Amino acid sequence: MLDNIALLGIAPLLNVQLLLDGLFIGAIFVLAAYGLALVWGVMNVKNLAQGDFVMMGGYIAFVMTKLGIHPIFGLPVAIVFMFGFGWVVYRVIIYRVVGKDLFTSLLATFGMAIVIQQLLNLIFSPDVMVAESGFAIRSYLGGMVTVADIKLISFLLAGVLATLVITFMKYSRMGQAIRATAQDPRAARVMGIDTERVYAFTFALNAAICGAAGVLISMIWVLQPFFGMTYSIRAFVIVTAAGLGNLPGVIIAGLGLGAVEQFAGFILGAELQQFTVVGLLVAILVWRQVQMSRHRQAVR
Amino acid sequence: MNTRLRRTLPFAGLVFAGIAAPFLFPDYTFQFTVLWVMILFALTWDILGGQMGYNSLGNIAFFGVGMYICAVVQIGLYYDVAQYTASYGAVKVEFTADQYFTGLAVGLIAAGLGAMVFSVILGWVVFGLRGPYFAIGTLGVALSAGELTGAWDYVGGGGGIALPIYPGEPDDRSLFFYVLSFTLTIILFFLLRWIYLGRFGLAANAIRDDEEKAEGMGIHTMRYKTVGWAIAAFFLGISGALFGNMIGFIEPLEVAFPTVTFGLFMVVMCLLGGRGTLWGPVIGATLFHTFKEVTWIYLLGWQWVALGALIVVSVVFFQQGIVGWVKEKWPEKFGIAVDDRALAETDPDLDEAPSQRLRRQTEAAQ
Repeated sequence: MLDNIALLGIAPLLNVQLLLDGLFIGAIFVLAAYGLALVWGVMNVKNLAQGDFVMMGGYIAFVMTKLGIHPIFGLPVAIVFMFGFGWVVYRVIIYRVVGKDLFTSLLATFGMAIVIQQLLNLIFSPDVMVAESGFAIRSYLGGMVTVADIKLISFLLAGVLATLVITFMKYSRMGQAIRATAQDPRAARVMGIDTERVYAFTFALNAAICGAAGVLISMIWVLQPFFGMTYSIRAFVIVTAAGLGNLPGVIIAGLGLGAVEQFAGFILGAELQQFTVVGLLVAILVWRQVQMSRHRQAVR
Repeated sequence: MNTRLRRTLPFAGLVFAGIAAPFLFPDYTFQFTVLWVMILFALTWDILGGQMGYNSLGNIAFFGVGMYICAVVQIGLYYDVAQYTASYGAVKVEFTADQYFTGLAVGLIAAGLGAMVFSVILGWVVFGLRGPYFAIGTLGVALSAGELTGAWDYVGGGGGIALPIYPGEPDDRSLFFYVLSFTLTIILFFLLRWIYLGRFGLAANAIRDDEEKAEGMGIHTMRYKTVGWAIAAFFLGISGALFGNMIGFIEPLEVAFPTVTFGLFMVVMCLLGGRGTLWGPVIGATLFHTFKEVTWIYLLGWQWVALGALIVVSVVFFQQGIVGWVKEKWPEKFGIAVDDRALAETDPDLDEAPSQRLRRQTEAAQ
């Protein structure tokens, strides 16, 4: 472990490599986390199937490559398909969960996550898969830093997608309705907003964002039916660290988590990389609790 | 039939069924053992989840901790653990009958106590978390426990440990573990019946209904939560030790810390049977285990999908559980006086929107 830290000191460009890799994957975490924050904030549903939506999107891109189409074109397909899927899931399951006690949504979506991952497992087998993009891998800074073109492209695409969603939320009629419902559903209903439709749209939008994230993951990382849970946990880490409705916070936390994970994987070894994410979640929760209790004492 | 007899009849029936089962269906002894472990899971989860309203998703961590403590004690009493695990079971090490039973007995007790200590330390850290944060936090603890154990070479890492082999006939072996797990679960069941009837049960329900008020009434909520969790951890630890020995080979992710299988099952079994009741977990676990085994046989390949669907359906459509449903249907049988007007007054405002509720809760938390 100390050797690895020393190695980072000797070869500073290694840091650049790890940081870049972390930012590229972190951009995708941001998308999934933003979707979670949206659903959590608007309808108070904690979606543990978030990562499985991501995996579904990834497998859509994978199917496209099998059909001979470039996986990047999977992006619009995944967005449309997952939007419809999210809408159906809302109509069948989620709308019965909205407004129920907080644990219900957690468990119901956990059950959903199991169904989705097992169906993916049955259809695509538990092997690790990649949707080959076929782009070149380039070296920078005298060959010390290698970056695949596709990672750069997916980073840009993630940025574009995030900008689109934020613009949509800010200026469109539906976006305004969503924000109004998040602030006060009853008042929104009085103002003539069909909150039921807003909820359905929000959940579908979340699924679409996740689907898009999945397409990007399939090209720069790997797909496996059971990896969904780790993405759900990452999304939870980011949202609990950043807080609800704190968009800059989500972006910073997401990119930061990506980088931290890469560095932890390098320093502590690959078998502890998963632990870093989960351990970070626990640490953040405990830290927030300590802050809360301090606040409680101050009030007293 | 007088009331006293009618009250004790179900309890006698449970004990009798437990004793009779391995004699009536000797081929299924292993399945019955697992069933008793499942009932134990549901009962221990219900102490906090049902009675106190603290929905933990990470109780399975105690199961794994107990399993590993027992394994280390069993081996460590006679051999060097690091050497033993480094050989990955390739070198067969003999344990005499004497060594085996001594190791198991000491290991079981150590497992229970170790898990209990772990729960107290953990409770001190996580009990400040409320509502969904508690659930997510405990889930994180269980997942990280599994990952950490997998990276720890002393206990065999991801490769796991092969446990000492039972010295005797295979049939005796399954009966031996059946008797142990049956006894453990029955002890837990009657212990819970006793403490739920007393002060502990009242305090637990007070915490579930309104923790701040309970605290205001002078109940040491933290103490009750810790005790409740320690009881759950003690029994889970021992059951983990038993389960590990019954399987014969332990490994961190699938056997010791199966967070998304057993860890989730215990919650679902409770919800299915009816949380916050004594009999709910028993009924729920029995039905769930039966459903699981039937789908495993007749829906091979689709069993997990069916199980996930059952979870969604039971959580979304059948929240009150079987016992809860029966109580709603025939409340007078349970000695509950029904007064519709009082019910309408106490029933929460169903129109309350989620975000309003969230705001109310955050305000209450602050």
